[in-house]
Amino acid sequence: MTCEELLRLINEMVDGELDLTVAECRQFAEHLAQCNPCQVVVDNIRKTIQLYRAGEPFPLPEPLQRRLLEALRRRWQERFGSITVGQADN
Amino acid sequence: MDEQDVRSLPTAQPAASEDHLEPLLARARTGDFDAFQQIVLRLQPRIYTFARRLAGNDTDAEDVTQQTFLALVEHLNQYRGEAPLLSWLLRIAANEVHRLWRQRRRQRESNPPDDDDSAAPLARPEFIAPWRDDPEQLALQQESRTLIEQALAELPEKYRAAFVLRDIEGFSTEQTAEILGISVPNVKVRLLRARLMLRERLTRYFGDPERRVVPDHDHG
Ligand SMILES: [Zn+2]
Repeated sequence: MTCEELLRLINEMVDGELDLTVAECRQFAEHLAQCNPCQVVVDNIRKTIQLYRAGEPFPLPEPLQRRLLEALRRRWQERFGSITVGQADN
Repeated sequence: MDEQDVRSLPTAQPAASEDHLEPLLARARTGDFDAFQQIVLRLQPRIYTFARRLAGNDTDAEDVTQQTFLALVEHLNQYRGEAPLLSWLLRIAANEVHRLWRQRRRQRESNPPDDDDSAAPLARPEFIAPWRDDPEQLALQQESRTLIEQALAELPEKYRAAFVLRDIEGFSTEQTAEILGISVPNVKVRLLRARLMLRERLTRYFGDPERRVVPDHDHG
């Protein structure tokens, strides 16, 4: 297996699962065991994905949040007629 | 690097923000706008961040976030919670971004062919080095976060979309293909290219130059 062939197999590696045949899996492991650049590349890719999954999401900036809620309130009134406050079903 | 590191990519995190939405939804369905507003406030950062990453700019992201929650007002009574609310909303947001893209492509007239690029050779990794810091730490620092988001925003649209849907949000390959209107093999090719492009770019920022590895040969 060449480095490029190994890279293409990384594509089959998702959500922690390596969706490979037994033979591919063995070749993958064998190549990695002797190829430091590929080890580092695979680790870099894993960290790249972690990076985007980690961290808090960005909230909408305050003025945009107000604008959003106003637009929603207008649509709500069109649809439900009024803005009820609290427990409407009690 | 230990064995486990090599074999496993991170799995999608459960959406903590989904907790206790059911009672709020029930109240919203009776016409309680205050309950609805609480749902919106709870989920808007996830939707906005997703839209910003997918669309690649703030203006579209704001627009898409608004359209998404307006759709929730419209479908509040149809939505019966078969899919978790968050993934339902993410899908709407994704469709909305995709609609914007199609619209613009039509306006530009000169349609760049949305071709299958599986035949093109892969860009060989060039800057290879272990990272200096953990992804979790990097994600907390303002300076690195800016770089991270910028790197993503600068990816070509089709690669970015595959990465955001599949790798960040954890949609399945099939779902990603369906949302983007492309084939499963095409999703995989785009995903690989996105991963390699981001890896190259981010390793130039976060890699340790002292420990840079230079590939000297291909193993046969
Ligand atoms: Zn190699």
